[in-house]
Amino acid sequence: MAKGPYSDKVMDHFMNPRNMGEIEDANGVGEVGNPACGDVMKLFFKIDDKGIIQDVKFKTFGCGAAIASSSMATELLKGKSVEEVLELTNNAIVEALDGLPPAKIHCSVMAEEAIEAALKDYYKRIGQDPSIVDEMKAKIKAKVKS
Amino acid sequence: MIYLDNVAGTKPDQRVIEKMLPFLTEKYGNPSAHFYPLGREAFQAINEAREDVANLINADADEIVFTSCGTESNNLAIKGVANSFKYEGKKHIIISEIEHFSIQNSCAKLGNQGYKTTKLKVDNNGKIDLDQLRKAISDDTLIVSIIHANPEIGVIQDIEEIGKICKEKGVLFHVDAIASTGHIEVDVKKFNCDLLSLSAQNFYGPRGAAALYIKKGVNISPLFDGGFQENGYRSGSENVPGIVGLGEAARIAKLEMHQYAEKMTHLRDKLIKALKGMFSFLHITGDEKDRLPGHVSFWIEYIEGESLLLWYSLKGIYAASGSACSSNILAEDEEDLTASHVLTAIGVPNDICAGSITFSMSKYTEEKDIDEVIKVTPEIVNRLCEMSPYYKKQ
Repeated sequence: MAKGPYSDKVMDHFMNPRNMGEIEDANGVGEVGNPACGDVMKLFFKIDDKGIIQDVKFKTFGCGAAIASSSMATELLKGKSVEEVLELTNNAIVEALDGLPPAKIHCSVMAEEAIEAALKDYYKRIGQDPSIVDEMKAKIKAKVKS
Repeated sequence: MIYLDNVAGTKPDQRVIEKMLPFLTEKYGNPSAHFYPLGREAFQAINEAREDVANLINADADEIVFTSCGTESNNLAIKGVANSFKYEGKKHIIISEIEHFSIQNSCAKLGNQGYKTTKLKVDNNGKIDLDQLRKAISDDTLIVSIIHANPEIGVIQDIEEIGKICKEKGVLFHVDAIASTGHIEVDVKKFNCDLLSLSAQNFYGPRGAAALYIKKGVNISPLFDGGFQENGYRSGSENVPGIVGLGEAARIAKLEMHQYAEKMTHLRDKLIKALKGMFSFLHITGDEKDRLPGHVSFWIEYIEGESLLLWYSLKGIYAASGSACSSNILAEDEEDLTASHVLTAIGVPNDICAGSITFSMSKYTEEKDIDEVIKVTPEIVNRLCEMSPYYKKQ
């Protein structure tokens, strides 16, 4: 059959989304939206005392690419430390999905932004300045460049 | 497979294909070659097709010009009168907010030549307010162009009344009847129109064959400069097989369309009733009464159109959506994703990229197909609602 706009991986995550739902006692929640097309992605983190993502769930209003990006992101996040989580770029999500159409790359960017938003919320809840997330992110970017 | 995207193109009727085949094989003459039988045969075939098309819309054969697609017919109508010497000086065009891109963009381009376009608003059912039209027509108005039936929301405009107003005011009137021709009555005399576009692929004919009705006495300037085919209105060697197919599709439609309209209207009303009963947050788009037979369109709160479309496709149901996300999947840039201007015009909130779906049936659609749609819809919608951060259990 002729190929559709999405890879088999994207379709698999679209049809069988992993970690879909909410975490009632989440300690980090991030919601981001895309004004271009109205998509909304919400991530729920349960982070333990050691800063490890014990559980993660998502809810997404959006297209196939948005749902698959959210689902893939949750798979890549589980069990990781906060530092490791911030190293996850949208490119890594796209790669893990075997690619996205150019017009849908923004869906993976949204997932990266949702991760940051959820971590900021987490730091706020534990009484720290959420801007630490931006600093950590900047350091990671500088490291990647050098 | 349940094909419910017939506004995007119908399955050709087998009789149409059989009539075309000889013109793709042994009857390959050019209709402009009058001095040997092969050419004359082709010439005769396209003129028979012209008779059949004229007959379907109550026109005369010499008022039919064959084109390559509906978009070309619409371009030829709008740009053709704008560039005609006969109407020089009039620089105002009136269309509606829910016209096809080929009308909207033709008018936009004419803006470079100093033409102003008024876009008439439509109400929440997609209908044009006739008083608004009366007020919009001025001494400077050249042409009014209105879509008979909108393919996305199915709404049928009161073309006869619009035609009367245009006649009274002495302005040209073009009807985009691409979605309606061959399904419901299209009569250029009753419509009082000067120009009318139709396309074969929308009523069981082939792709690549369409026509523009040009009333006697109306003058248009051609889009192509070339030879004398189609009286010079559309030069270029004729697509003989396509035109023959269009003619046969028109002949069949004239005989059979009323019977199929009845069948499709029944299925349409059954599906609309079922959908409305399923979810309080499902909204039918387009007028429910003045509506194409076999046309069902709606949007659902909380969920997005492309996801709906993909799920229906996975269930073997092929439909269309007007959501931004599904608009231009091959685009290189997300900026090229925009929600349908038709849905925006009838007040569907485009900022949330609403979950819009259009089902359009054909004469081949069966009751069991519609029953299947009714069966799988709750499953799909519930699944996507569960995933939606907007949705709260009702």
